[in-house]
Amino acid sequence: MEPKAWLRRINRNRVLFPLGALVLLVIVASSLSRHFLTPMNIKNVLSQVSIIAILAAGEACVILTGGIDLSVGAVLAISGSVTAVLLKWAGVAMPLAILGGLGVGVLAGALNGLMVAWVRIPSFIATLAMMAVARGGTLVLTNGRPVSGFLRSFRAIAGYAGPLPLLFLITFGVYVLWQLALSHTRFGRYVYAVGGNETGTRFVGVNVRRVKLLVFILAGFCAAIGGIMLDARLNAAYPTAGEGYELDAIAAAVLGGVSLSGGVGSLVGTFFGALVMTVLGNILNLLKVGAFYQYIAKGLILAVAAISLSRGVKFAK
Amino acid sequence: MSEENGKRPWVEMRGIHKWFGGVHALKGVDFHVCRGEVVGLIGDNGAGKSTLIKILSGVFPPDKGEILIEGKRVRFRSPRDAKEHGIETVYQELALVDNLDVPGNIFLGREPALVGGRSLLALLHKGRMMREARALLERLKVNIGDLTALAGELSGGQRQTIAIARALYTEPKLLIMDEPTAALAVQETRKVLDLVRKLKERDIGIVFISHTLQEVFAVADRIVILRKGEKVGDFPAAELAIDDAVKLMVGGEESPTR
Ligand SMILES: Nc1ncnc2c1ncn2[C@@H]1O[C@H](COP(=O)(O)OP(=O)(O)O)[C@@H](O)[C@H]1O
Ligand SMILES: [Mg+2]
Repeated sequence: MEPKAWLRRINRNRVLFPLGALVLLVIVASSLSRHFLTPMNIKNVLSQVSIIAILAAGEACVILTGGIDLSVGAVLAISGSVTAVLLKWAGVAMPLAILGGLGVGVLAGALNGLMVAWVRIPSFIATLAMMAVARGGTLVLTNGRPVSGFLRSFRAIAGYAGPLPLLFLITFGVYVLWQLALSHTRFGRYVYAVGGNETGTRFVGVNVRRVKLLVFILAGFCAAIGGIMLDARLNAAYPTAGEGYELDAIAAAVLGGVSLSGGVGSLVGTFFGALVMTVLGNILNLLKVGAFYQYIAKGLILAVAAISLSRGVKFAK
Repeated sequence: MSEENGKRPWVEMRGIHKWFGGVHALKGVDFHVCRGEVVGLIGDNGAGKSTLIKILSGVFPPDKGEILIEGKRVRFRSPRDAKEHGIETVYQELALVDNLDVPGNIFLGREPALVGGRSLLALLHKGRMMREARALLERLKVNIGDLTALAGELSGGQRQTIAIARALYTEPKLLIMDEPTAALAVQETRKVLDLVRKLKERDIGIVFISHTLQEVFAVADRIVILRKGEKVGDFPAAELAIDDAVKLMVGGEESPTR
């Protein structure tokens, strides 16, 4: 096989890389720590991955169009605290409080989309601005203090359905839906097309702006789901919630084979990427590696993944 | 100038101006095409050829001037508007999406749906896309081989054929080709030129842009020459010599036949 053909194969099966990395990591982790494969720890990992993965789902869609969303961590925080404030201080019914949180996420995503697609601000700048505004908004809203102590019915979101955490099932459901949308709807087709050749896609008459707007709305919506999940899991909304999560979300997508230049990758891969990031954090915790070092480790992994995966993945022109 | 061999123009552009910031890219250009006519559009780099046809295909509006189809004034706000009037374009910048397969490219922007019609959330009818893509390519007698290949994996000639096939899917009245042979090998170029001649027999109007004047003279019925944003010549191809065309393109001397 000529080398180009070989590269193409890799290109199309980008799920193999994160899956392989995951298997390897699990083998290493279980040999390093006796606690790793205990039911307790597995449940813990599945709960943790749910929140990273839901952020990564939205992030991956944005990256597939060739953009980036740096605001997902901060949008998680503001959506989570809006829901918390509505529940605790305003005494709003749970469904409405949740809708309020989701609405804030959608609004933030829509603003990102408008800034990027209509005002034509590069996405990393537009979403950096959103990150600052949303984080500031969270601090203003909560006076910088945690809002904690929710009713049982709300905390039940972080409960179990049989052996599986509910959070995991929610995330899994979102992934199944998003992946089906990406591979079988016109919208999904345009997400890949915009990432592959934005100008060409516009020339055939596709409304590229609307596609971009929608992916940012999706990312905001996913971040809001993550915020509400985190509220339920921690029984509190912390104003600092989700700090640095954009790193995990981007790393999950990139490790999962989503090309930073857009157009290539899948949610299946992203899911494995999120598992890799979470298992990695988990094993570092079990090995009692401090949080500061974990940051460094994750940053390095993102850099290495981005370097190795961006070589030879663009199509030979 | 609206009569050409007794034919009425199908589309007419009148007094078209276009500025890009300080650059006056088109300075009042008149241009028309009849059905079944191949118009070769030539001019030096930067003469305004691409700009003119992008206005004709709805990529951007003219700053001044008007477009008429069958004598009626039209206004294109997007490429989609132009397509709806029967104007399809093969752009100079190969407009295929490298990470989509062949049917994905042919149907980009007008994917057939299982359910959901034209909405963004419609479910794609992938089976029909594959079948119709295959039928279309067979009709045009082009052989691509594996249609599940991604566009980025194909040769320049194959990519260009797909771009042309895509433009022909809706049976347009006017096909615009901006340097369709620029990236092609000799053999592949010949195929494209053959295709152009076949299309002419179907009564499609064609605008053909190329840097290789031999190609233009081989297929065109009429030749329009642009220089620095102005039309400096419009001749039946049979009455123009390549040397004279070159002189008009680069300027400096008086027009040889006018
Ligand atoms: N999108 C654009 N923005 C700014 N200037 C442009 C743009 N497109 C074309 N131009 C300028 O307009 C002039 C005509 O360009 P073009 O139509 O591409 O010429 P041609 O296709 O004949 O080589 C050139 O000076 C070019 O630099
Ligand atoms: Mg040009």
